[in-house]
Amino acid sequence: MTKFLYLFWNKPTNWKSQSPEEMERRMKKWMTWMDSMKASGHFKGAGDRLEDTGSLVRGPQKSVTDGPYAEAKDTIGGYIVVEAKDLKEAVELSKGCPMLEGDGLVEVRPIASM
Amino acid sequence: MSDIPVLVDHLFRREAGKMVSYLTRIFGFSRLNLAEDVVQDTLIKALEVWPFHGVPDNPSAWLMRAARNRAIDIIRRDDRFRLATPELTHLLRIREEESGEGPVPEKEIQDAQLRMMFSCCHPELTADSQVTLILKTLCGFSVSEIAHALLSQEDSVEKRLGRARKTLRDSGDFVELTNRSDIPGRLEAVYQAIYLLFNEGYHSSSSDRKEPEELCYEAIRLTLLLSEHPHGQRPKTFALLALMCLHAARLQGRLADDGTLIQLEFQDRSKWDKFLMGQGFQYLEKAWESNVVSEYLVEASIAGIHCGAKTYEETEWGRILELYDLLYHLKPTPVVALNRAIAVGKAKGPEEGLAELNKIPDAEKLKDYPFYPAAKGEFHLLAGRTIEAGAYFNKAMNLARNQPEKDFFERKLEASGPKLI
Repeated sequence: MTKFLYLFWNKPTNWKSQSPEEMERRMKKWMTWMDSMKASGHFKGAGDRLEDTGSLVRGPQKSVTDGPYAEAKDTIGGYIVVEAKDLKEAVELSKGCPMLEGDGLVEVRPIASM
Repeated sequence: MSDIPVLVDHLFRREAGKMVSYLTRIFGFSRLNLAEDVVQDTLIKALEVWPFHGVPDNPSAWLMRAARNRAIDIIRRDDRFRLATPELTHLLRIREEESGEGPVPEKEIQDAQLRMMFSCCHPELTADSQVTLILKTLCGFSVSEIAHALLSQEDSVEKRLGRARKTLRDSGDFVELTNRSDIPGRLEAVYQAIYLLFNEGYHSSSSDRKEPEELCYEAIRLTLLLSEHPHGQRPKTFALLALMCLHAARLQGRLADDGTLIQLEFQDRSKWDKFLMGQGFQYLEKAWESNVVSEYLVEASIAGIHCGAKTYEETEWGRILELYDLLYHLKPTPVVALNRAIAVGKAKGPEEGLAELNKIPDAEKLKDYPFYPAAKGEFHLLAGRTIEAGAYFNKAMNLARNQPEKDFFERKLEASGPKLI
């Protein structure tokens, strides 16, 4: 088994206009997906949501600007660590992510091992 | 399998109602919009964080605490709250003492919801506006969900809400529940709003919207809340609860899978909800204890007789007729007269039923009501007069207000038509 990082890239979503019912539906989809990966042993619970603020520190000047890094307009909203046989399996598992319904992006990256 | 607690259905919606009520108690009615914003932000936070950390052991406590803490932060930062109300001072003290981890007392939340219910039923608002406001603030429905539920347009719901909020800002206050003389009056308005809400849910057709029962269950939930408070522990509350439970118990049998109406005669009674029926009978008994006879009590009793009949043929129409006599005495409307006339026909025979239907006072008020000609058609059919029956069912079909009604009358028409060989 290899470890993979799923990076969740999201466009700024206007959740302000969603109703409690709609948000709950979305939440349940995430829970279902995460739960199924926990049950199958692929996801051990390591992961977090990232706040939409931060800083960027760049170069030998160590210049600091306001983050997050949003060159592509999307930002990384969170990440989880998943275990899978290979990239193919990791990709298959990621397809259950509810984020993809809303034109989101899941970046699947193998974590380098020793 | 995971040991993560399963999210109860409609948790967010319910909690939104509780949170908005609680925060309105803190911020005041003039800042209802702020309360709603804080609640929205709290739910967004939950949506962002729970998938990663898991649903908390007590989701509703988590939400309420998060909303309260956010409210405290806002109060601290906002100069406009400098004139602290007792509630604000109390809150700030909690924050200092418990670093915001303590639970919000259940009683305070229930209290706030009840106050919201009474406040929404402001005498200057129409019943429709009251229901709309209740659905938004207490039940956590969005504007589009309300429009969908009440079969209205979104912008007319928006306008109705805007006007209602303005009325409340200008002349309303977050009703106190301590012995005010206008509580009884408000209570009447609350009953009517809840009854209206229930009816919207009950008489909708599933082809027009999904889950029409949601409104019925919301109405029951609100009445249960009412019944838990001294002000609400009145016979009429229990009668209303009985009525709603006994009707809601039969919802599953009322519509076919394709959304068409099924006549009571042909409903599959095994689909009726026995638990709800049991609850309904308990409330009915409780309501009868007081000897206070309200319309709700009589209607509930009629529903009770239907629920108690194992088959349609075993229905005690004689008792139902007695109850309709009593109901008409309390509520002499053409619709009640119609239902009473139908009971006469069922109890004494189709000719008697027809005679009674022709004697309804103010019958012209029923000219757009499809079930009036339909009743005549039904009795003509039972008497063997298929041509007259057909004419009346045709009339009913033309008055149908939605597709399921139309389909229903069309089938009756076909059933009464001359059979072509």
